[in-house]
Amino acid sequence: MNNSYLIKTEHIKKIYPMGLTTLIALDDINLTFKKGEFAGLVGPSGSGKTTLLNIIGALDSPSEGSAEVLGKKVETLSHRSAAHLRNWYIGFIFQTFNLLPVYTVFENVEFPLLLQNIPSPKRKKLVMEALEWVGLADRANSKPAHLSGGESQRVAIARAIVKKPELVLADEPTANLDAENSHHIMRTMVQLNEELKITFIFATHDEKVMRYLKRKISLNDGKVEKDEIFELEVKK
Amino acid sequence: MIKFLIKGLMRDRSRSLFPVLTVFAGVFLAVFLYSYINGVVSDMLKMTAHYQTGHLRIMTQAYAKEINQNPNDLALIGVNELLQKLNKKYPQMIWTPRIKFGGLLDIPDENRETKIQSPVIGIAVNLISKSSPEYKLLNIKSAIISGHIPNNPGEILIADEFAKKLNVGPGDTATLISSTMYGSMTMVNLKIAGTVYFGITAMDRSAIFTDISDIQSALDMQDAAGEILGFFPDDIYHDEQATLIASSFNEEFKNPEDKFSPQMGTLPKESGLSDYLATINSMSIVIIAIFIVTMSIVLWNAGLMGSLRRYGEIGVRLAIGENKGHIYRTLILESMIIGIFGSILGTLAGTGIAYLIQVYGLDMSFLFKKSSLMIPNELRARVTSGSFVIGFIPGIFSTVLGTSIAGIGIYKRQTSQLFKELEV
Repeated sequence: MNNSYLIKTEHIKKIYPMGLTTLIALDDINLTFKKGEFAGLVGPSGSGKTTLLNIIGALDSPSEGSAEVLGKKVETLSHRSAAHLRNWYIGFIFQTFNLLPVYTVFENVEFPLLLQNIPSPKRKKLVMEALEWVGLADRANSKPAHLSGGESQRVAIARAIVKKPELVLADEPTANLDAENSHHIMRTMVQLNEELKITFIFATHDEKVMRYLKRKISLNDGKVEKDEIFELEVKK
Repeated sequence: MIKFLIKGLMRDRSRSLFPVLTVFAGVFLAVFLYSYINGVVSDMLKMTAHYQTGHLRIMTQAYAKEINQNPNDLALIGVNELLQKLNKKYPQMIWTPRIKFGGLLDIPDENRETKIQSPVIGIAVNLISKSSPEYKLLNIKSAIISGHIPNNPGEILIADEFAKKLNVGPGDTATLISSTMYGSMTMVNLKIAGTVYFGITAMDRSAIFTDISDIQSALDMQDAAGEILGFFPDDIYHDEQATLIASSFNEEFKNPEDKFSPQMGTLPKESGLSDYLATINSMSIVIIAIFIVTMSIVLWNAGLMGSLRRYGEIGVRLAIGENKGHIYRTLILESMIIGIFGSILGTLAGTGIAYLIQVYGLDMSFLFKKSSLMIPNELRARVTSGSFVIGFIPGIFSTVLGTSIAGIGIYKRQTSQLFKELEV
């Protein structure tokens, strides 16, 4: 992997067939992300944010061009290799939390580590560390149904960071939260970014998220319109 | 991971309860039916062996041809010598001679005039000798309802129901009117020692047990017997061994040109049950196959419902980095856990109920009132080692099959749609 960047996209194009015509979701995207960035893909619905996040997260591959994520060319990865990349190096945070309802907070956070076959004592240590990061160590034995929206999203963050990933991808992480919880969540992620040097990339059109971004990439009709870098202190 | 899956199954009852109940019901029925069929067939074979054919039966070829008429004029002669040879050559078997006969049983009044007469079927066995294997084979001691086992020549046992019909009991006299081996008429006075309950409608209606020496004397059958029966000491029919003994015997004694030469046959052949047993075996396989198919369809459907309900969970797992094969395998593993758990419960319940029916029996005599078959009045299940295994075949196979089919959808899931799907 080139040390200068974590992610590099070159002339990415994503085309979806729509009956007899085609829809160009991404058109000639050239971006690089360095380790430790706190960046957001912003834009209206249909601008291509989630499609780009899919490609960066090895959930999809570009129709044309190349996307290199953590030294792996996404378009050449097999299903198994893509799963391995996500399992070990990428964390995901979803708008609707997507916690496993039958498992406790601890077990939800533990799940990615189970997939990595990490021994139980180490798993327990890592899970409790992650829960302490998000301030939910005392709720380890609670079920998701007993958590508030903000707490659920913090569990989702703990699940994303427990394996100490290089990269966390978050799709509209505050869309289902009120203002106070949104700020709490964003402050947690900023802290994780600064202290653990985890790279965060958001797909959002939420102003509350945008205030925390150090880099804002505006997409429109599948193209990069603007790529701005901010000082976080200024934005706050 | 298994612990994690078990926790999920324990907590999410909709994921486990319905499949476990389905497996339980199917396995219970499979185990119960298997044990029940097994018991009925075993009892039928045992009854047939004990009262009719033995595990091996020796008759003259001519007697065998007319066996339905109990043709004692075609009986084996030189029985004592033949028995000695059998005991020497096949000492692992218990050999015992029998004579089946028919006739009229005449019950006299106090003036020795006929009070009542009735057709009778008789089985003459070694009753007097205390070392006779017949006590055990015919379960005589526990079958006695009134009176005692014959101790002296001329004493007989009579079916209790038959005795009631004739209004006789222990101590009464009865005259057997029959024909000798050579075709002349014979009459012999017999004393009723006791009444017995056979538990077989055909015999309870009109049968008597006599000592063989009395009948040999009455029917002019000295050193003769209609048949010699051979039994395995453990009272279980061993087909391979029996076939070997029969073919060895027939090779030595059977002469196709001499219709009075002895021939030996095995239980399935002699009873005509071989096709019946083969059919029952096939039916057992068909029953289990039906359970597998039916349960698989039900569990496949349950699996599809579960997959729909767990669509989000599976999506998250794919996004987190679990590969499709691993998810598929964990679903199969879950189904195996459900299958094993349901099978254990179903097997316990199935064998439990079957065991109760094995011990207490089901009185089905009302069905056999006019039957002439050797079917016991009390049908009993039989729990064997097979009963503990048989349920696991449909139990585990159907859950795994159902889940395997339902789980194929995982491979059709597009990871590129996960963000959209998970945010609905």
